[in-house]
Amino acid sequence: MIRFILARLLKAAVILMAILVLNFFLIHAAPGDPAAVMAGEAGATDEQFIADLRARFGLDQPLSTQLWLYIKGAAQLDLGYSYRQNMPVAQLILDRLPATLLLTLTAFVISIVLGVVAGVLAASRQGGWGDTLISAVAMIFYATPLFWIALMASLLFSVVLGWLPGFGYETIGANYTGLVRGLDIARHLILPATTLGLFFTAIYMRMTRASMLEVSRLDFVKTARAKGLRPGVIQRRHILRNALLPVITLAGLQAGQIVGGAVLTETVFAWPGIGRLMFDAINQRDYNVLLGVFFVSAAMVLLFNLITDILYVVVDPRIRIRS
Amino acid sequence: MTILQIRNLSIALPKGADRPHAVEDVSLELAAGEILCIVGESGSGKSMSANALMGLLPEGVRPVKGSITYQGRDLLQADEGDLRALRGRDIGMIFQEPLSALNPLMRIGAQIAEVFEAHRLLTPVARQSRALELLHEVGLPDPKKAIRAYPFQLSGGQRQRVMIAMALALEPKVLIADEPTTALDVTTQAQILKLIEDLRRKRNMAVIFITHDFGVVADIADRVIVMQHGRIVEEGPARDVLLHARHPYTQKLIAAIPGPGGEAKDDKQGAPAILRVRGLNKIYKTGGGLFSSPRVVHAVNDMTFDLHTGETIGIVGESGSGKSTAGRCLVRLVAPDSGRVEMAGVDMASLSGADLRANRRRIQMIFQDPYSSLNPRSTIGRILTEGPVSYGTPRAEALARARELLELVGLDASAVTRYPHEFSGGQRQRVGIARALALQPDIIIADEAVSALDVSIQAQVLDLLADLKRQLNLSMLFITHDLRVAAQVCDRIIVMKQGRVVEMGSADTVLTAPEHDYTRALLEAIPGRDYERALKDATGVPACQS
Repeated sequence: MIRFILARLLKAAVILMAILVLNFFLIHAAPGDPAAVMAGEAGATDEQFIADLRARFGLDQPLSTQLWLYIKGAAQLDLGYSYRQNMPVAQLILDRLPATLLLTLTAFVISIVLGVVAGVLAASRQGGWGDTLISAVAMIFYATPLFWIALMASLLFSVVLGWLPGFGYETIGANYTGLVRGLDIARHLILPATTLGLFFTAIYMRMTRASMLEVSRLDFVKTARAKGLRPGVIQRRHILRNALLPVITLAGLQAGQIVGGAVLTETVFAWPGIGRLMFDAINQRDYNVLLGVFFVSAAMVLLFNLITDILYVVVDPRIRIRS
Repeated sequence: MTILQIRNLSIALPKGADRPHAVEDVSLELAAGEILCIVGESGSGKSMSANALMGLLPEGVRPVKGSITYQGRDLLQADEGDLRALRGRDIGMIFQEPLSALNPLMRIGAQIAEVFEAHRLLTPVARQSRALELLHEVGLPDPKKAIRAYPFQLSGGQRQRVMIAMALALEPKVLIADEPTTALDVTTQAQILKLIEDLRRKRNMAVIFITHDFGVVADIADRVIVMQHGRIVEEGPARDVLLHARHPYTQKLIAAIPGPGGEAKDDKQGAPAILRVRGLNKIYKTGGGLFSSPRVVHAVNDMTFDLHTGETIGIVGESGSGKSTAGRCLVRLVAPDSGRVEMAGVDMASLSGADLRANRRRIQMIFQDPYSSLNPRSTIGRILTEGPVSYGTPRAEALARARELLELVGLDASAVTRYPHEFSGGQRQRVGIARALALQPDIIIADEAVSALDVSIQAQVLDLLADLKRQLNLSMLFITHDLRVAAQVCDRIIVMKQGRVVEMGSADTVLTAPEHDYTRALLEAIPGRDYERALKDATGVPACQS
């Protein structure tokens, strides 16, 4: 097991390195010279000024040297400096990472738990009105653009009903501490996390439903019935556990999309996470911040994948014992 | 003493099925301690009748008439709770495929303990120790280890023993065994049959044994019921039915049993060798990764033989003996690690790229499963012309040839416009044969080509292969686990064990005077050997030629 995790971590490190290099070249392949853009925005087109800017950011160095310096920095968690915000990129990201992790993880858990429960209910009522209703509701959330759900949820629960705060991470100026602060953050988390989670629920629901129906036709389910087990026990112990395997695989693949979805959700709910940071960085052409955000979100996707891989190994003895 | 009685049972199939009833007007009685065999081909309703006993019919299928009386109660009228109390406790069941019949994610011990749990018996600790005793009783080699194992860690025979342990946990009065040995090797089958026989004797348990194999029937049955199209066509004590079958369908099934004899064996050794295999090796490495060393299996170990023009060689062995891998190496579906595969002076084993593609057509394969080996989205015409067209034959010419081939294999030429799902298993296997012939190969490799078919269909396909062999002077490698089938079509037989060739010789010699212990063990394990002799005495002809 430990060997397995070590091997996976090693692979993840290699992939992360490849992403780092790829991102670096992608950004540099994009047309336009950041120094010229900055100089232009500053109102100066003076060649000398642009050259000075280039020298200051190291943009006059050969590309290979720039890459080497960047990788060397990244290895020490130094992701460069944002000249827009006058802060080290690593600091900027670290400040916002907890908020994003909290949002995406909560949404991830909500989507899986809701999706699996709904899928099990739908499967056990296959063809009935309950099945149709569950499928329809899930598909409505999936088919509606995420930002629109976010806006409507905010409008309904925050503006009209006034039940929940519609934006931000915590109540500004309240200076809560300890448990009170935790509860305050939780209240702020409900809308964005549920919105993001509900969007992905449909996928898990469909997968769980299909997988449950498939497994329930397998021979060992008949064996279980032939033993005289109760339907509830058969469903939980024999069908659900086996049906969850593809759901876990799917969760690993979906992790990337949930990080992507967070960008939109954070923007609508003014959630101070790295999604917001990226959105602002794109608008401001803040390349170092962008590179940093790409790097960190890639790392998050890899982390989610690692978690699902480990989960899979825990659940499926065939892989646990053979690996 | 009768313990179970079925009266006039009819089971309806859902609308749109190929017939209205799966089972029609079936009546039978089962006495304590008796083994009753229900025999029939796929779709005969034999499994449906057994499932009805347990109240385990598939969705949409339900009994519409009759009664099933057990201990004075009609099971068809019993509610789900009552049936549940009966399942496992009074009636136990084992299935054909022991791997899929066990939950892959649960330990063996837990799966056996569940039987007690379902009926709220014993404490959790006592359940485990009882499970251990049961595993011991069904003869698993290392019960302590097996109880902690997952199903995939056991062999097919061991899994079936686990299934039996599970079915016997509460000492049921009736055991339903639905083709329990069909998926097993012949030696393992013999052991499982003996186990069931022993347990029945020890516990005076009644057994309903469903099978399509008359050899198995001859070995264990007290009484036999033969079913066709959902009806009972013949019934009686085993000896009567086996030796003096009255119904034509029973006679046909018995006649279809492959047995020694069959085709006249020619000595083709004088003909030029069309295929020379020298020192063929294939090693599989599985598992293994960054931190662990791989498991090495020598699947084919130093195989050497010649196939002569017009000759059929059978490659026989149990699962894992390397016979299929050998076949795949010859067709180059798998690249061998070393050795030569010479066809008319060309070494197939070392070819690659365009050279390999140009030579592939000379050796073609027929696969085991006629359902998965034909592309369901292609018409038969496309399936038969795809190969020739890719070798440059004009489409119209290939299509004309496809029509000829279909007639050659006994199908209608109009089949070219139809899709595989419109055909039965036996017809699909004919298409598979036509496909192999379409490329006009020098050699055909048939990998378990008749194993998935019912015995009467099996006999037809074997006849077809024998015909084609004569007509086209085909050279063929016939890979099978069934010595009886090999005996019927092969001139020579190669016996493989764990990747090695342990015996090679003319079919008659290998079957009647085997030299190697392993070959003898395989022959010994064939069910119904005494029966075949008795049948020969009773009718004067061996089974396959009547």
